[in-house]
Amino acid sequence: MHDLYAFVSGPLVWVAFIIFFGGSIYRLVSMAILAKKKDGVVFEYFNFKYALRSIFHWIIPFASTNWRLHPWMTIVTFAFHIGLIFTPVFLFAHIILIKESWDISWWAMPDGLADILTLVVIASCVFFFVRRQVLPEVKYLTSTSDYVILVLVALPFITGFWTYHQWPESTFMGILHILSGEVMLAVIPFTKLSHMLFFPITRGYMGSEFGGVRQAKDW
Amino acid sequence: MTESAEKIKKQFIDKGIEKGVEELTPEKIEKTINKILKSETGARFKAYVETCVHCGLCSEGCHYYLSHDKDPAFSPAGKVKQTIWEIVKTKGKVSPEFIKQACEIAFTECNLCKRCAMYCPFGIDVAYLMLTMRRICHMLGVVPQYICDTAHSHASTMNQMWVKDDEWIDSLIWQEEEAREEIPDLRIPLEKEGADIFYSVIGPEPKFRAQLIYQAAVIMNVAGADWTMPATPGWDNSDMCMFIGENEMMGRLKKSHFEAAMRLKVKRIVMGECGHAFRSVYDMGNRWLGWKMPPIPVIHALEFYHELLTQGKIKVAKKFDKAVTFHDPCNVVRGRGLHEMGREVTRAFTNELIEMHPNREQNLCCCAGGGVINCGPPFKMKRIDGDRIKAEQLFNAKSRGASTIIAPCHNCHGGLEDIVHHYGLGMDIKFLGDIIYECMEKPGASEG
Repeated sequence: MHDLYAFVSGPLVWVAFIIFFGGSIYRLVSMAILAKKKDGVVFEYFNFKYALRSIFHWIIPFASTNWRLHPWMTIVTFAFHIGLIFTPVFLFAHIILIKESWDISWWAMPDGLADILTLVVIASCVFFFVRRQVLPEVKYLTSTSDYVILVLVALPFITGFWTYHQWPESTFMGILHILSGEVMLAVIPFTKLSHMLFFPITRGYMGSEFGGVRQAKDW
Repeated sequence: MTESAEKIKKQFIDKGIEKGVEELTPEKIEKTINKILKSETGARFKAYVETCVHCGLCSEGCHYYLSHDKDPAFSPAGKVKQTIWEIVKTKGKVSPEFIKQACEIAFTECNLCKRCAMYCPFGIDVAYLMLTMRRICHMLGVVPQYICDTAHSHASTMNQMWVKDDEWIDSLIWQEEEAREEIPDLRIPLEKEGADIFYSVIGPEPKFRAQLIYQAAVIMNVAGADWTMPATPGWDNSDMCMFIGENEMMGRLKKSHFEAAMRLKVKRIVMGECGHAFRSVYDMGNRWLGWKMPPIPVIHALEFYHELLTQGKIKVAKKFDKAVTFHDPCNVVRGRGLHEMGREVTRAFTNELIEMHPNREQNLCCCAGGGVINCGPPFKMKRIDGDRIKAEQLFNAKSRGASTIIAPCHNCHGGLEDIVHHYGLGMDIKFLGDIIYECMEKPGASEG
């Protein structure tokens, strides 16, 4: 068990981060090269002012017409993404690990808040799962991989919560937590989770077209 | 509910599609799809296909989806699933029957109106993906017959309606004669080199809406505009080749249009009230030719009317006596943001403007644009059933008093006419130019 722990919390962390950062850079750079070669319009029309104008209307809850049309989805998806990004970055236990290794640290959120955000993320995954099952227009589009990704995202949070609260088999759960976190991180660039990388670009490009050429709003 | 479900399943028979599919083999399909995907698509296509998280939020953006009791097969992503995702997943290994279905979806279940781009959080351009599917169908020779014929007309005559060169000139002289009965010194100046304005129209205007040329001539003359129309091909700004994926021909058409204007050394092109032609000149055709923006300034009629009004070149003689509602065409509103200009002119010439909801960029499509109405009679009912939501939107405006719809686009006109007729809405449909012509001061006009 100790060997396994040492492996997942040592070399595998490096592997996961290298795949995540390396993969992300690779995806973005190769996409940019492809755009330069095949889609000249993207660089020609991209306009940072209008790209940001559009992005802001979509990363602020209820700032776009469609967010207002789906209030529950909006609340859940924003809460989910905030929890998903902020909890691991500002979690006290994570920061301690980094401080021990490299002696650098930053602000940590109170553990109580981390608990709440973790539960929000898990509950959101349940919401997304139910949504995929229940809403016909979502079910129609859903493939198995969409469920796999939901599980991949929920797993680090479920196991993390479990470990923190020292529930039975928490050592095993701790290892599973680290492992699942690493898997999630590593698959981001190569699965639908890459929407994290491409959101600013696809939204920004549409914002540029609408703002710069079409002179209309796109939210 | 069961009734509409049956309508969805109804088979539409189109000779162009049927004949094209007969010629297909799986090998030809695979080869063509991969050729197009490899040589003509790139980062946008890849990003759009890979970034979609299957959330379904685009659905509410589509009038087909809303009109078919929220049938997911009609949602924007639902249509991409049945076409593009499948050819990407199978690497082009699809059956002729699949191409038939994909052709029908891409050509007759999407107006390329880009409303869904405002509903997808990622700004995925489903219209672009549907156009890619159309391009593949075109390269496979599977295109609805009516629109294919129109594209053939473009290729043979450089106009959409098989209008011969002398017929074009005759039509202009005929309209000039007609209009001179009203304004004796009116001219439709042909081939005037160095004029300020090159006025271009779509093929259907000389073919069966010649009174629009008459009206435009009256407006130009009253405004004292220095304008001209060409007596050569290049007069038609319309473009059905753009909608069937015949991009090479789209480029030739736009080149001919721009070159006619450049030959006459005009300062700018003013276009009649057509939406898709504006898209072709301002957005797609110019890009195909390598022009980031059109090589000569291009102004749509709405903007031109607004300019004439604000500069005092046309004046209001009387207000249009019926309450109107304003339909925002996709290609000049989502395509060029002319909604406020259109409204300012409308308010100036009418007593009451009653908004339909949603409006402006959010307006619901007429279901005729994007080449759908040009796919002709086989798909007429599909188009009308596919836009029941538009009838509801119009009926709501009518219930608040609107009796006339102003639709500053030819395709919108055709589509709305069918909707108004089929759903028994009893509303009139007018171009903004109709209202201006009827209500403006005409200083040189003869009495009576």
